[in-house]
Amino acid sequence: MNEQQQTLWGFMWQQSDKLLTQTLQHIGLTFISLFLAVLIGLPLGILIARKAKLSGTVLGIAGVLQTIPSIALLGFMIPLLGIGPKPAIVALLLYALLPIIRNTYTGITGVDAAIKEAAVAMGMTKGQILTKVELPLSMPVILAGIRTATVINVGVATLASYIAAGGLGEFIFGGISLNNTNMILAGAIPAALLAILFDFLLSRVQHLNLKKLKTATAALPLLLILLSSFYFIPNAYGSKLTAGFTPEFMGRQDGNLGLQTKYGLKIHTIVISDAVMYKAAYEKQLDVISGYSTDGRLKAYDLVVLRDDKGIFPPYYAAPVVRADALKKFPDLEKTLNLLSGKINDSIMTELNYRTDYLHQSPERVAKDFLTANNLWKPARNGNAGTVRIGSKIFGEQYILANMYSMLIKGYTGYDATTKTGLGGTKICFDALTNDQIDFYPEYTGTGLLAILQPPAKTVDSLGGDKDKTYNYVQTGFQKKYNIKWLKPIGFNNAYALMMRQKQAKVLNIKTITDLKRYLESK
Amino acid sequence: MIKVEQINKSFGKVKAVDNISFEVAESENLILLGTSGCGKTTTLKMINRLIEPTSGNIFINGQNILEQPPEELRRGIGYVLQNNGLFPHYTVAENIAVVPQLLKWDKKQTDKRIHELLEKLHLDRSYLNVYPKELSGGQQQRVGLARALVADPPVLLMDEPFGALDNVTRAKIQAEFKALDELKRKTIIMVTHDVLEAFELGDRICLMDKGKIVQCGTPAELLFHPKNDFVSGFLKEQRLQLEFRAIKAPQPPPNGGEVPDMSLWAALEQFKYDGSKKENQAEFEQLMSAFYQYKRGQPHE
Repeated sequence: MNEQQQTLWGFMWQQSDKLLTQTLQHIGLTFISLFLAVLIGLPLGILIARKAKLSGTVLGIAGVLQTIPSIALLGFMIPLLGIGPKPAIVALLLYALLPIIRNTYTGITGVDAAIKEAAVAMGMTKGQILTKVELPLSMPVILAGIRTATVINVGVATLASYIAAGGLGEFIFGGISLNNTNMILAGAIPAALLAILFDFLLSRVQHLNLKKLKTATAALPLLLILLSSFYFIPNAYGSKLTAGFTPEFMGRQDGNLGLQTKYGLKIHTIVISDAVMYKAAYEKQLDVISGYSTDGRLKAYDLVVLRDDKGIFPPYYAAPVVRADALKKFPDLEKTLNLLSGKINDSIMTELNYRTDYLHQSPERVAKDFLTANNLWKPARNGNAGTVRIGSKIFGEQYILANMYSMLIKGYTGYDATTKTGLGGTKICFDALTNDQIDFYPEYTGTGLLAILQPPAKTVDSLGGDKDKTYNYVQTGFQKKYNIKWLKPIGFNNAYALMMRQKQAKVLNIKTITDLKRYLESK
Repeated sequence: MIKVEQINKSFGKVKAVDNISFEVAESENLILLGTSGCGKTTTLKMINRLIEPTSGNIFINGQNILEQPPEELRRGIGYVLQNNGLFPHYTVAENIAVVPQLLKWDKKQTDKRIHELLEKLHLDRSYLNVYPKELSGGQQQRVGLARALVADPPVLLMDEPFGALDNVTRAKIQAEFKALDELKRKTIIMVTHDVLEAFELGDRICLMDKGKIVQCGTPAELLFHPKNDFVSGFLKEQRLQLEFRAIKAPQPPPNGGEVPDMSLWAALEQFKYDGSKKENQAEFEQLMSAFYQYKRGQPHE
């Protein structure tokens, strides 16, 4: 445990630049959106306190916004506002609205009627009543709303990293993808601390006495603007091209780290989720992205893979990884899963992915079509000799493979099969496997090597990016360490790759990663 | 000074105030008396336009208040609420200074006036920077009165001003209220449901029921010339006390004091502490005979 802590501090120390940047971005995102939410929510709250008829509608709409899952809300924003901070801020702003509107409304309507009557009877105008009586008296309630909104925003802002808006989510989601607990904690602990800190500070403001509250209320907008400006501090640099890398790619030796050490590539990089990366490249918001060589969107969005001339991306041959006790429990399983072995090469996989990712055909249909065309499909036998649990990560290719395996198991054996698809990232998927939540899932040799076994750099180098050596290494490693078996490879190599728009690559004459580096350094 | 002409107020189908007219002379103290729901508070609130009448007109000094901007009108009328309505986030000084601030008085003038009022209302200066909730009910009500009086408005509207106080505090504040010279110059309309208070403080009383005025007159007129059974019934409970309050002490007062206009009750109250002295005996009998004399002069109920 002590060693674990040591390495966490070590990691945070080593990454302190990034950590600071992300923390500032996180604070910035939280408070820009909060500031805007106050600008919109406060007048709206006042309005509905005046016009009771509107209150149901406005609170209803704000309430519905609140119930939209945050990832989905971010997704809705992309077609409207693209990627980056804009959609993230708008999404956060929408989440912050409800508590602010509701508390403003509650606060103002809750002011004692006798006091309001006295204010009217003294000869105050409506504006004077609002600023001198209603707002000051409802300020503790309004502040409570702002406090709730702040804590919500600190939490939701971690998701902003999915759409290239930065923040501590970069570490959290990078860590989940990379099976790196230290990285997750390096993002999660500061995020939690921020939430606790802001909650505490605002609770102090909320409980100030009346006199001090006046000063605090005046100081609050200034403070909000100041904290908002944090977001822009780290963004004061740029380069000719913009790269969008997934959080996982950012932290991997065979990813951005390798690009920096082996190629010396320096490019303005933003962190973005895999789900929107390709589209952003297609729409020219990004120039270089980290993709997978078999991704269907490669074809859909007319992108080209840059050749890895220094060989930093190790082979990523896919094969099912199965717990040894599951193989014992289901004796027919291995034979059945191996039916697929050698059947799918790179171009077939890209084609299949294209059908799901771009033509939006269901993975189930794509899987069935493929099996039928290869004379592998058999009707389900509806057997009841136990249920095999199949896992998959959260992208199309894995959904297709999981469906194929499910059909094969149902058609060739007496077992039933269930799929647990959409396990986000390697860590979650692998943990599900080791903790007996699933029986197998398709994994890639490179991931098994670098994300799970994590051997010293020397060992990785000695494998030299060789397909068979890597496969043998992970096979023995998994057997020894986890009692998990790698079955035969399916055939295709879904390696990491850098890609650009075909047109732009042609114009700039970039074919390899070395070309890219040369272009960036020219002039 | 104040003239109310045939005002009506309906809330939906309910007629809260039904065709009421009355006049208040300058520096007169008019009481609107009645049970709750009789429309007395609604009537009062129409005079500073907290409630707008459905129909009818109200004139103050010959000017139709419905043609004035309401904020301006209200700054010229003092208003005292039952539960004082002090702003909890303002100190005592800030509360009293609300209207001067709206009228844009300079700070010196405001401060001078506040100190003057504190003295008159027997409030200690140390209260100035204290928040209302730290004061007793009686003190809060005094601050409320100071707030209403600060700009020296000619008209004062009071909505059950002593209603929320305990009996002892109420008696004390009522006595101060009567003694306050500043109030003697003012035209006051006060709402109460307390018959004794009405008789104690009112020059004239309008007894209301179901949105209408049943009878308007001096306390003695109401007591000895009731217009109908409702009026006499309303006053029956505390009849003797009311009579003592309604009847003026004989002129000049029996002890030759300087108080020129005093009810019999007030005169009797002076015996409270030195009733044992011998020479008072004669005066007491004098007062009593004045009472019988007055009674005999009235037609019997």
